Amino acid sequence: VENVRLLDRLSSRKAALGTLYLTATHVIFVENVSETRKETWVLHSQISSIEKQATTATGCPLLIRCKNFQVIQLVIPQERDCHDVYISLIRLARPVKYEELYCFSFNPKLDKEEREKGWSLVDLNDEYNRMGIPNSYWQISDVNRDYGVCDSYPTEVYVPKSATAHIIVGSSKFRSRRRFPALSYYCKDNNASICRSSQPLSGFSARCLEDEQMLQAIRKANPGSDFIYVVDTRPKLNAMANRAAGKGYENEDNYSNIKFQFIGIENIHVMRNSLQKMLEVCELKSPSMSDFLWGLENSGWLKHIKAIMDAGTFIAKAVAEEGVSVLVHCSDGWDRTAQVCSVASLLLDPYYRTVKGFMVLIEKDWISFGHKFNHRYGNLDGDPKEISPVIDQFIECVWQLMEQFPCAFEFNERFLIHVQHHIYSCQFGNFLCNSQKERRELKIQERTYSLWAHLWKNRADYLNPLYRSDHSQTRGTLHPQMAPCNFLYKFWSGMYNRFEKGLHPRQSVTDYLMAVKEETQQLEEELEVLGERLANLQKLQVNGNKVKSMQQDRSKHLGLSASNNSLANTPQEYSNDLKSFPSRSPSQGDEEDSALILTQDNLKSSDPDLSANSDQESGVEDLSCRSPSGGSCLPSEDSGKDSDEAVCLA
Amino acid sequence: MLRSGQPLTGPNRKRCHEDEMLLGSVLEERERGFVIDTRSAQAAKQARMTGGGTEPKSSYPQWKRLHQPLERGRPLQESFIKLVEACNDASLGMDRWLARLESCRWLSHVKAALSTACLAAQCVDREQASVLVHGAEGTDTTLLVTALAQVILDPACRTLAGFQGLLEREWIQAGHPFHLRCARSAYSHARLKQEAPLFLLFLDCVWQLSRQFPFSLEFGEGLLLTLFDNAYASNYGTFLCNNEKERCLCKVKESTHSLWAWLDQPEEKKKYLNPLYSPNPLAIWPSVEPQSIQLWQGLFFRWIRSSQYLDEAWAEMRRLVE
Repeated sequence: VENVRLLDRLSSRKAALGTLYLTATHVIFVENVSETRKETWVLHSQISSIEKQATTATGCPLLIRCKNFQVIQLVIPQERDCHDVYISLIRLARPVKYEELYCFSFNPKLDKEEREKGWSLVDLNDEYNRMGIPNSYWQISDVNRDYGVCDSYPTEVYVPKSATAHIIVGSSKFRSRRRFPALSYYCKDNNASICRSSQPLSGFSARCLEDEQMLQAIRKANPGSDFIYVVDTRPKLNAMANRAAGKGYENEDNYSNIKFQFIGIENIHVMRNSLQKMLEVCELKSPSMSDFLWGLENSGWLKHIKAIMDAGTFIAKAVAEEGVSVLVHCSDGWDRTAQVCSVASLLLDPYYRTVKGFMVLIEKDWISFGHKFNHRYGNLDGDPKEISPVIDQFIECVWQLMEQFPCAFEFNERFLIHVQHHIYSCQFGNFLCNSQKERRELKIQERTYSLWAHLWKNRADYLNPLYRSDHSQTRGTLHPQMAPCNFLYKFWSGMYNRFEKGLHPRQSVTDYLMAVKEETQQLEEELEVLGERLANLQKLQVNGNKVKSMQQDRSKHLGLSASNNSLANTPQEYSNDLKSFPSRSPSQGDEEDSALILTQDNLKSSDPDLSANSDQESGVEDLSCRSPSGGSCLPSEDSGKDSDEAVCLA
Repeated sequence: MLRSGQPLTGPNRKRCHEDEMLLGSVLEERERGFVIDTRSAQAAKQARMTGGGTEPKSSYPQWKRLHQPLERGRPLQESFIKLVEACNDASLGMDRWLARLESCRWLSHVKAALSTACLAAQCVDREQASVLVHGAEGTDTTLLVTALAQVILDPACRTLAGFQGLLEREWIQAGHPFHLRCARSAYSHARLKQEAPLFLLFLDCVWQLSRQFPFSLEFGEGLLLTLFDNAYASNYGTFLCNNEKERCLCKVKESTHSLWAWLDQPEEKKKYLNPLYSPNPLAIWPSVEPQSIQLWQGLFFRWIRSSQYLDEAWAEMRRLVE
């Protein structure tokens, strides 16, 4: 469709005129401006909702909201065209078959071997081995090898040595969705463990010998403690209500040596509404501070984030400080349980704070344990009541921790944002379906590519320059500050206002420091080389030859500038009273914005998504780009890096 | 950029030939200037009743007046006190924190101050127009705006030396009554009538700028905290008294030491330098969207929670850059 306008959310005056294209996998807007032909690409999988607004004099507005929080406002001149686009997008954004998804047509031009290697990058067996299992307390069980016991669990589960197949099967019958207690994390220093399950089908008075034995087995697997914690992550009221439906929670009287604890985290419906409300605040035009703070408070979002964090902290403390094992569950054990177990693991084990470790963590607690990616994130068209930002909340917890402990994580904010992006993008096969069983049936590994391989290849972009594995902040358990600490939770504008470049700090400290680090490393290597040469020459000198000592040219190297000082940033509209303040001519604004276009020379990155001439605008890419690796330019999650690319190396 | 006090037009719309000539001389013929009045239109009008007022269009035809009300005086002090109370309230749950923060209105004041300073800066930089800033007395919000606008516009004001010069010029010599304004701070029970944290508001705005432009200021948060401390209680005479006249009468220069002299010593100076600093010759235009304005944790939670991890991060940054 031609003559479509793409509006800028913050500045109502700025609108780009161009052509709108719909393909099988993307919506693409290409600007008419001939020099740049800026493109905005949106994957259908990312589309969360489409809203057709009332026709105005200028045309028919269409609002596309994405799962990665991008909001695209288009104005289509003809009402009929707008309607066609609307209907098409509705269909395209709601696939009915997996084969319609992008991952089945995405082709990064790798051969079969490379594809397989990509999938084997993250291996959970290796991970449990790293934890020290199997050992005298824990073993691997193949009782679920054909998914016969629990179809949402993986084929390989880790259980206490004293848990026989009989006990496992019996326990699974007493658990919602048959999700019996299984190992999530084992601390080899003190044998304490984190296990996870779903709620017991205890009703008001039902008991199950095998389930009680299962919990005993978990306790026995930790000789250092004579009890275990059982943590129900639901609000007490909800858990009690479940009893009426024949489910519920563990009665301390029936299970020997357990200490039961509720840590109330709200359910998926509350979270879905919370996010919705928060996004409405983000969409306010020129909100006052009051509007914003009130809106944020009303959404309850940060309160929920803190609740998840508090639960994770409780469990981490139990394991690290008390040396007590914990069994965690919620209702079905695949949402709040996953969040809480992975937060706890992250706090406990520095490995999960590395790039590789984080991928392993998600593979373990989310992918293998049957988090319902399809239902939660809408790979396919489904029940809207199943949609909920569960993993988004976990990712935000990680970000909040990164803000509190800037030296403790090997990865940076961009890594988290890209992971979140791809959970929704369906460009890779890792986050499809609802369980390992379904993924294997669909032969995902043979037909799609692994995100982990892609991220790993580009890990240079995802590193935190302040991370040092030997830093005191990095080692050991993280202790997030407990009360009073409400103020420590910040609104994550990097995620929820990701595509509004004007909001973010204009200069990226992370990228600058990474560049400094790399340069320092290069210099150190050169220094070593020169040092060796010097040593050799000195040896010659000893033999009586007169040789001038090498002079190291230090000064020339550092032409490093923190920012390209020829780039200006533009003032926003500071006055509410627009009439009183004369508007700037549009050309002035455009000049500056075009000055923000990065040239390939300025950027030092191995990211194939990074296109030359990509603009600050989101998901924008140049058709003519070529990645450094020579492969085809991938439609990127955003322009590869975020706004603040005023970094340039001289 | 000019600053002054309000014109004393009074209820009878007095005129002053010399004042009109003075302002007229600033502008070329047919050039236009802006007057940014930091009072609301209504407050400015009411000021006439007590002898003050605004520049009437008829007498100052080349000047266009913009009202950008900024909080000052008792309400600003109350805002400050409430915020400090909220920060110290350990019983406050997460479900009520933001509402409490909002009710203090401090962040709204930061947003308003930054917006007004940006507007003044835009007049000069974008519209190439002269701007006159005044409130009532010209000693509080006026100075906040002009000083902040210069940090936004002028890279020299963002250097350590330049910033000190800015403070000396736009706050101290311009006659901000430090003695009255920075008396007891937030914990005092004595609610002094003249006390108001304008200077703190300025420092907070500068901190916001440093957060949005981490490479553009030569100094770091430490300097801002030190300035905050010294404005209220100091070993040095720099912030004493209310104006130059009083300082002369009290013989401040003869009997005390200068804060700037102390800060300029090499061992002290390096504590306050920003390791990421890289001179930026351009104006820095902050975003004043609510998401971009954050609570200055380094100040308001300074004594409540450990800054250990952040300090370690800064130490690591210094190490990397050095």
